[in-house]
Amino acid sequence: MRKAAIALTAFLGGLLIVLCLGAGTASAQEGGEAVQGTLVSAGQPVANVKIDVKVEGGVAVGSAVSDDKGKWRVDVPSGGRYEISLDTATLPEGVGLINPDQQTLRVQVFSGNVRTVLFRIAPGGAASEKSESKWDRVPQLVFDGINFGLIIALAALGLSLIYGTTGLTNFAHGELVTLGALGAYYFNVTVGLNLIPAAILAVVVAGAFGYLQDRFFWGWLRRRGTGLIAMMIVSIGLALVLRHLYLYLFGGQSRQYSDYTIQAGLDFGPVNVTPATLFGMAIEIVIIVAVGIALLRTRLGKATRAVADNPSLAASSGIDVERVIRIVWTVGAAIAGVAGILLAMQQSVNYQMGFQILLLVFAGVILGGLGTAFGALVGSLIVGLMIQLSTLFIPEEMKNVGALLVLIIVLLIRPQGILGRAERVG
Amino acid sequence: MNWDTIFSVSVESAIGTSAVIYTLAAIGINVQFGYTGLLNFGQAAFMAVGAYGLAIGVATWGLNFWLSVGIGLAAAVALALILGVPTLRLRADYLAIVTIAAAEIFRITVRTSNYRDVTGGTDGLQQFSGAFFDINPYGRGQYGVGPVSFDERTMWVLTVGWILVALCCLLVYLLMRSPWGRVLKAIREDEDAVRSLGKNVFSYKMQSLILGGVIGALAGFIFALSTGSVLPDSYAPEVTFFAYTIVILGGAARVLGPVVGAVIFWLFIQFSDQLLRQAISAGYIPNSVMDTTQVGAVRFILVGLGLMLLIIFRPQGIFGDKREIALDAR
Repeated sequence: MRKAAIALTAFLGGLLIVLCLGAGTASAQEGGEAVQGTLVSAGQPVANVKIDVKVEGGVAVGSAVSDDKGKWRVDVPSGGRYEISLDTATLPEGVGLINPDQQTLRVQVFSGNVRTVLFRIAPGGAASEKSESKWDRVPQLVFDGINFGLIIALAALGLSLIYGTTGLTNFAHGELVTLGALGAYYFNVTVGLNLIPAAILAVVVAGAFGYLQDRFFWGWLRRRGTGLIAMMIVSIGLALVLRHLYLYLFGGQSRQYSDYTIQAGLDFGPVNVTPATLFGMAIEIVIIVAVGIALLRTRLGKATRAVADNPSLAASSGIDVERVIRIVWTVGAAIAGVAGILLAMQQSVNYQMGFQILLLVFAGVILGGLGTAFGALVGSLIVGLMIQLSTLFIPEEMKNVGALLVLIIVLLIRPQGILGRAERVG
Repeated sequence: MNWDTIFSVSVESAIGTSAVIYTLAAIGINVQFGYTGLLNFGQAAFMAVGAYGLAIGVATWGLNFWLSVGIGLAAAVALALILGVPTLRLRADYLAIVTIAAAEIFRITVRTSNYRDVTGGTDGLQQFSGAFFDINPYGRGQYGVGPVSFDERTMWVLTVGWILVALCCLLVYLLMRSPWGRVLKAIREDEDAVRSLGKNVFSYKMQSLILGGVIGALAGFIFALSTGSVLPDSYAPEVTFFAYTIVILGGAARVLGPVVGAVIFWLFIQFSDQLLRQAISAGYIPNSVMDTTQVGAVRFILVGLGLMLLIIFRPQGIFGDKREIALDAR
């Protein structure tokens, strides 16, 4: 009876979200081609900067002035090549282009698309990067790497535990991450709650969704005797459905929470952190430690490890395997939701944010050894550090490549992962 | 509601370039997944290296068109070797994750602005298909039956494309009747048994990966030629998932499965797309429920649902045999 009540409440909550998100979104991106961008200098938006757009080598199309969030947008008549220039005279005192050659950018706009253009500006302009040698960036990158690694670890914990207990390689795990971020956005921006209660509600919704998924879907597939590869392909289908349901309801643009998005950084020696990031890191560490202690010390944790080790043996020694799996799903999904909210606070809310980090989460899980919770933590930290530190040597846009390459290399040398047990694999 | 347009657009799509591209991609996957049991989730990367090999050869290096086709094919073989060496000894789910990761590595790398001089960055590459259309036997005009028609460029791409499909199907048919093909199927059923018979399983898997990858590169060529451009984001992971849906819809481990699957897939997708768009513009679906920008999302939702339902209720698809589908982990 109690179970049914929980399920019903969760289902209604989920339905509410779906309905309300639907009403609050869409219709923002109508019309045709445009160029747009956001001017940010050291984390702060830069307003009142004039941007001129003209057809490449031709006539002016229009101009725009950045608003108080640093955003600007110029509609262009059709697809084609355009020259976009930033009027440096309108930049605030002391702020300049990092690369003065990039005052005018030439871009291709495809018909029907909005093209985002990035002007890199910073306090001190060109001097800001040159004065800093490569190695001076290391402390900041290490810090950012640990922070990102901890976020990946939160998502990886659930993925790894679900794999360990059910054998499912869940390609739809990224969508749980997105659900957390979108839920918090809904409660924060659409409903108007402060971000902290909004985040708590979103985590509850994510956990409930995990519970319902297992209760009504994965559990049913397991009882039907669906094969593991089949379930993996099903999870790909589910991920496609969920991700594009988010797109349908939320729209394709990236958005920000209304609280704690613009904060001045605090300086700790060579490392600059916003209070929100510090707070987020504290949450990450508390959750990871709590899950670790629960796994090692509590009855439920021991039962979880027993199921991961050998489900049949666990069942025969009196452990309710289905119940353990359901709790793992609920907790794993809730933690993934937390990861989504923290990720969205650092980047922005986007319908495919979970899918974008899914491969990094897999990389973390595999690096540490599939199915081992502590391995997932170690692997994720390595992935996070790898991503940030690799920007010392490779272009920023390619930073995820480094982490994925490490994944392939580790599989070559140590297929069972860093903390995994060796077993015959084929 | 203009039913003529809905039907003609759907039929054009079912026999048009997208069907050809996805048929070829799916034939490649069928060799790897259907016959050998390899879960290659990086088929988009094989298409991309083919397309980029061709485009970089002609547009960046100024080489001959046919030489560039050779570069694309060689790149697909090289990718299969690079991917296969670390992963083919691994379990199926590892292979899936690594191949999808490799596909993303390739896509992120070619869209990076630092290599813009070679790959064109996010704008991709254009103007490499001149030599292909110079030998176009079709004169200017529309060709077709009734409301279904294509212009001369599309006709030429389609002619070459469907000939390639026919050749690939014939090749797969002949190979799978040969002793070589029987070894592949045996690997799918029980790798250890094959190994104990003294066959080099790794080598056979590698050959299967290369063959499927090269057929994927052919799909990449047709994709590039049909649009006249290569864009990095055309080779997102969804492309691979669509191709898997097609393989499973048509029936894995069946020579004509991918062809039937792709035709039905695109007929259905384009039909639902057009139906929704027309219903919206005619006002049957109010804008508060769905507008035209959301129709694109509905397409993916339908594909995802279709993939789930197929795998759960009919994993053998239309033509397949349930006993022949490698859906259990080992």
